[in-house]
Amino acid sequence: MSAAPAPGAAANTPADDVARPVGAHKWTPYVLLTPGMLWLGVFFIIPTVMLVKMSLSSGTAFSGDGSFTFSRSDLQWSNYGDAWTKYVIDTPIFQKSLIYALIATALTLVIAYPLAYTIAFKSGRWKNFLLVLVIAPFFTSFLLRTNAWQTILVDSGPVVTFMENIGLLDFLHTVTNIPDSWPSWAQIFPDGITDPNRVLATPLAVIVGLAYNFLPFMTLPLYASLERIDIRFIEAATDLYSSAWTAFRKVTFPLSLPGVVAGTLLTFIPAAGDPVNAQLLGSASDAMMGNAIDAQFKSTGNYPLAAALSALLMAVIVAMVTVYVRRAGTEELV
Amino acid sequence: MSEQTATTAAESSSTGGGADLHIIDVTKRFASFKAVDDLTLTIPAGSFFALLGPSGCGKTTTLRMVAGLEEPSEGRIIIGSEDVTHLKPYKRPVNTVFQSYALFPHLDIFENVAFGLRRSKRKDVRNEVEAMLELVELSTYARRKPTQLSGGQQQRVAVARALINKPEVLLLDEPLGALDLKLRRQMQIELKRIQTDVGITFVHVTHDQEEAMTMADTIAVMNAGGVEQMGAPMELYENPVTTFVANFLGQSNLIKGELTGKSGGDALIQVQGQRMAMPTSRVHSERDEVWVGVRPEKMQISRAGTPTDGENAVTGVVTDASYIGVSTQYLVNLPWGQEVGVFAQNLSTEGPLSAGDSVVLHWNPAHTFALDATQDAEAGAEKVEGDE
Amino acid sequence: MSTMTIDERRAQALAEMPPYREPGVFSRGSRWVRSHIIQFCAAGALLFMFIPVFVVVLFSFNLPTGKYNYVWNQFSTSAWVNVWSDTEITNSLTISIEVALISTIVATVLGTLIAFAIGRHNFRGRGGTNLLIFMPMATPEVVMGSSLLTLFVLAQQEGSLGRITITIAHIMFSISFVVVTVKARIAGLDSRLEQAAMDLYADEKTTFAKVTFPLVLPGIVAAAMLAFSLSFDDFVITNFTSGQTVTFPMYIWGAAGRGIPPEANVVGAIMFGLALVVVLVPEIIRGVRKSRA
Repeated sequence: MSAAPAPGAAANTPADDVARPVGAHKWTPYVLLTPGMLWLGVFFIIPTVMLVKMSLSSGTAFSGDGSFTFSRSDLQWSNYGDAWTKYVIDTPIFQKSLIYALIATALTLVIAYPLAYTIAFKSGRWKNFLLVLVIAPFFTSFLLRTNAWQTILVDSGPVVTFMENIGLLDFLHTVTNIPDSWPSWAQIFPDGITDPNRVLATPLAVIVGLAYNFLPFMTLPLYASLERIDIRFIEAATDLYSSAWTAFRKVTFPLSLPGVVAGTLLTFIPAAGDPVNAQLLGSASDAMMGNAIDAQFKSTGNYPLAAALSALLMAVIVAMVTVYVRRAGTEELV
Repeated sequence: MSEQTATTAAESSSTGGGADLHIIDVTKRFASFKAVDDLTLTIPAGSFFALLGPSGCGKTTTLRMVAGLEEPSEGRIIIGSEDVTHLKPYKRPVNTVFQSYALFPHLDIFENVAFGLRRSKRKDVRNEVEAMLELVELSTYARRKPTQLSGGQQQRVAVARALINKPEVLLLDEPLGALDLKLRRQMQIELKRIQTDVGITFVHVTHDQEEAMTMADTIAVMNAGGVEQMGAPMELYENPVTTFVANFLGQSNLIKGELTGKSGGDALIQVQGQRMAMPTSRVHSERDEVWVGVRPEKMQISRAGTPTDGENAVTGVVTDASYIGVSTQYLVNLPWGQEVGVFAQNLSTEGPLSAGDSVVLHWNPAHTFALDATQDAEAGAEKVEGDE
Repeated sequence: MSTMTIDERRAQALAEMPPYREPGVFSRGSRWVRSHIIQFCAAGALLFMFIPVFVVVLFSFNLPTGKYNYVWNQFSTSAWVNVWSDTEITNSLTISIEVALISTIVATVLGTLIAFAIGRHNFRGRGGTNLLIFMPMATPEVVMGSSLLTLFVLAQQEGSLGRITITIAHIMFSISFVVVTVKARIAGLDSRLEQAAMDLYADEKTTFAKVTFPLVLPGIVAAAMLAFSLSFDDFVITNFTSGQTVTFPMYIWGAAGRGIPPEANVVGAIMFGLALVVVLVPEIIRGVRKSRA
């Protein structure tokens, strides 16, 4: 590019703001926005409000006349109390969901980073092909793929036998099986993260399943932010610092941080609410929030309790995301 | 000499295309600053006109206002006898060769060139486009996409795409900025040839003084939203009227001096106790405090003691000598501590002078110019070319 | 030293140097491995991604011994032959495709309009708009699903849960993804191209039709494909909004307990193949054209 605008050279590129197309009217953007925003308003905002309203109502779907009573003077805060007692204190399903999702997110980041890095910097003319490969698994039903893990991790199958033989399962079991000394941990992983002899129907299977499911959601934002890095920065860094590792730590990783933030959010949030992996790959004691909400709606019909549970999950996630995004310092995500 | 060129070009325009372009009292304000400040210019029909200046001087904004891509905050723009100030870009008899070309990536070369003709519902698009591609020697590339062409070829497509519409005025926004040096020289000659052939008014925006001087018959040097000086390339170079022009076009040695009087057609100056003379027509200052200017290649450098009768002269000591083949560039320290540059042709057989030699610098009084001493002696010297 | 000629100095330098040794096979190999460690990890990640897909395809050729299709028994093409005679599968597949098509069209139109508004215009309330676009992507599906169910229940529409409510839900969560995808394409558009079009006598409408829209179109197509795959594959939200209607993922979910037949794997394999063809064929054609040019 010639004449890259020097400071104060804004006159040369007056189109640096969002240029309003010549001839567009002041109200054009609103015309464009209205239909989509209306849809999101009616089918996202209003339902969220309804959810909160439901969480403060009384009644159940499957008993009495199946209707719900909402009264401003008699808000049923007890629904939240019940949800808390049931899913935080009695059984730590809430904590379990968050911990599973956290571990899965970390695992996804570790797996996806080298992949995104390779696609961005080392793939040459294979770049587009590799990008297609990353999204290709999407097209086989996600339930079928999750179900396939049952086959892969089947008891005494080759994968499990291999993990057993190299002592990995035993190691993971021993390391994560911390009796009583740390009560909350022992509550979440009462028998370690995995069994010494099997993977299916253990927390490990659920976590691996979650990590697997959301791998593309991590890889693509990582790729997008890595791709924007000028390769010369990295070369300059390897020139200035002695080791490639230091160059990565001081230059590449910080520059890819927006992608890391976006990717971890896009993995953590759906993982924390996912009912499928726990159901298909875990045991009954691996139930997560998604399963609990599902069960309260579908089996018990206790809509107010289920709504309270949903609202609680949403509130916790919003709080965590806000803190995380603040600390990571990337406000602009969309 | 160049005035003659301008006249012949203007004459040919009466037969060929092109119209006078008048920019009258135009000001353009962006949120925080004035990009163009009360600019008035007339560009005669058929001329090759260059707007030259560093980035941020307002030259591109001026061009965009002529194209209709920006609206002036004040003032009027007139092409021929039509006021186009507030006309939409697509209603103006003006076409633009954009910086880095802006070729449509989804259309092939043929369709890129045909774009304007198709919009104005011209008949016989096919033959016209083929003829134009012939002219720019790209006939065999008609069905290629722009990305499959080299930079120089893309540049020619951009020119063809604009030129085929036979505009009254053709605007070129840093058209050669993305090309390497060798190709750039070649395209400069090419563009000049095309302009002579078609006789359309060309307005060329650039920050490259050599490019402007090679192609244009008239140059307006712009700085901070206004024109510093306008004229033929030689006139600007030989007789700059501001320190900005003196430094931006080539290099100048500026030495503090004082006008002391007149003698016939000459002005007399006192420079650090030495008397010098120069034609009064080359004094561009209202006050007596002046910068006495000489171009480095106009100075002659001789060993101390060489007689310099009738010439302006100062003594000094060589601090640095760089032999660069066609010439040797010296830095010479003058008695009052100022350092000046001298470009000397390698005419002597004894080899160049070296650092530490005592010398006398002398030059023809007619090569001297005088500028207002209240102006910044460094203005225009730091060219923003670092990131080219 | 200074008395030596250049030639002598060169000879001395060569004499003082330790003899050059060809690096051994092992050290060369290990150096190669070390310098390609990232690529190995990437290959591992791809393997991790594709093993389940491979299993799905492989087990579509299995003849399971019992009702569960978890253990390899015997190669058979019977599932491929019989896939369209399983009415449960064909019915659910029809519903899924129907819902995905409609929701893709609506979401792509609505999302593209929003993307143009955000990417091309300045207006009050940008921040709020961006937030509203971001929120559905940052909300767990269970929460969105249960919210929608609550809405439909409170609106006393429980009886009408079915294709329409599923489609409504799918449009809702697809819009954000469409906006983000198309917006990225618009942001990457060089505004000089539009200026060039106007300079070449194209008015606003023509500029949009001949330049802006064709250039944004690949982004819109990508967004539509994304919306389709999101809708076709969605289980969690559909589970809340479907009533008695069974989409293909719902069918698999239901079948998981009693054993997923290999016919379902056949559908998965076909979808995968179709998607690869749709995505890869243009890519390959482009590659061939490039290599010819």
